[in-house]
Amino acid sequence: MKQTQTHNQKPPQRYGMAIDLDKCTGCGACMVACSAENNVPFKEDETNKLLSITWMKVFRITNGREFPHAEVCYLPRPCQHCAGQHEGHSPCVSVCPATATDYSAQTGIVSQIYTRCFGCRYCMGACPYHARYFNWWDPVWPVGMEKSLSPNVSPRMRGVVEKCSFCFHRYQLARDKAYAEDKREVGEAEYQTACAQACPAGAIVFGDLNNPEHAVSRIAQPDRHDHYKSQNPRAFRLLERLGTNTKVYYLSDREWVRKAGDNYLADENPSASTPPKEHA
Amino acid sequence: MSSNDTLQAHSDSHPPSPDSKGGGPYILLFFFIGVALSLVVGWGVFPKLLYSQKNQPFDFNHKNHLEMVDNGCQSCHFFRADGSFSGSPRLAQCVECHEEMQGQSEDEAIFVEEYVSKGQEVPWLVYARQPDCVFFSHSAHVNGAKMDCITCHGHIGTSESLKTYEFNRITGYSRDIWGRSISGLKSNSWDRMKMDDCAECHAKYDAVHDSSVQTKRDACFVCHK
Repeated sequence: MKQTQTHNQKPPQRYGMAIDLDKCTGCGACMVACSAENNVPFKEDETNKLLSITWMKVFRITNGREFPHAEVCYLPRPCQHCAGQHEGHSPCVSVCPATATDYSAQTGIVSQIYTRCFGCRYCMGACPYHARYFNWWDPVWPVGMEKSLSPNVSPRMRGVVEKCSFCFHRYQLARDKAYAEDKREVGEAEYQTACAQACPAGAIVFGDLNNPEHAVSRIAQPDRHDHYKSQNPRAFRLLERLGTNTKVYYLSDREWVRKAGDNYLADENPSASTPPKEHA
Repeated sequence: MSSNDTLQAHSDSHPPSPDSKGGGPYILLFFFIGVALSLVVGWGVFPKLLYSQKNQPFDFNHKNHLEMVDNGCQSCHFFRADGSFSGSPRLAQCVECHEEMQGQSEDEAIFVEEYVSKGQEVPWLVYARQPDCVFFSHSAHVNGAKMDCITCHGHIGTSESLKTYEFNRITGYSRDIWGRSISGLKSNSWDRMKMDDCAECHAKYDAVHDSSVQTKRDACFVCHK
């Protein structure tokens, strides 16, 4: 990390997302776009959602009150790409015995290498967001559909874990283009995730949190000196008090939605809480 | 107790015969025959069994073509505008010159009759194709690191014919990935292109390639997809 920083002078990239829950209509276009983009396998019978693989999953949350005060909010959940209390101390990366999952200090993306994974599923146990999925079966594509798979994403086999990669293959392709143009940097529009592009409400904004020119960093306003906690009063991160230091920021004007982002006590005020201090 | 006595009596009645150690040389002989057989199987038979051979649709003379084109390897193996690499040329590139026969060779006749006139792509067998989980960026290596083709592909540009394509029966991967040497020794940088061979070079420049938190080398997603 240190070397990377000194090398580039400016801070490395830190790809992240801002999702405006007040804009999200729960249509699920992000889930469909994600599955199509990333060759996510599905089964003939998907009625048991516990066995479904959804890198991006839209949850429905309610304020638990009765009509006319009942409110609903939809919460899209990709992999949160945790950085932890020090860069790279993601819950899943820390427990992987096979180095199958890794944290890149250059992009802040948590990778999953399927050929390296042997399916112990420690990472699934460690992930507080249930963002990781196990392949209980080999993928079986309907006849002819294998021709529509993306060659840029390698398909998974039975017995390995998979998860959202922030469409990293798109970053690889964007880097290819940048090299051809004799550049070293990838522009904001050149690397966007499939879900961000598919969202009809424009609720998902993706980009480099460390680059003040990127919309996501203006929205999320991460505080680099306080574990990237958002300085935007509308923003919160999921289970922020675990100290996972995630890169997906959620925004809402509604107090109960912000409160749903963590396990707050009834009389607790989310905006007053602070993440745990780093251990010595 | 009684069985002990019997055992004692038994061994007393048969003292060890002086020539019972005569089995030693035979055991050694069988040991060496076993070793020799294992070596023959491991070095000779198994590699033959492991790899299957296929011939290219027709032969191709790289040397001949390289002499006639203006822009070296990039004349046919070029970068597209989006930075992706074209790899094996498509029919469209070949047809620019080979609309009709250019010479008298039998291979060209096959090419023109079977593929050009029918508008069919040539099903080339690609020696350097990496496994599906690998993202190899030609752009990063050629445009970025200014490496030449020979470092990884060897002197293919001056070859006069295509070698037989061999692939692993279990994995389906080209033998060029694992390398031809069964001993695993390599004398040229292009002898094989396994992950260790990529990592060897990446580790040399570890000041640039250190993004992985786990390994302090290149993060996995640099070359994997």
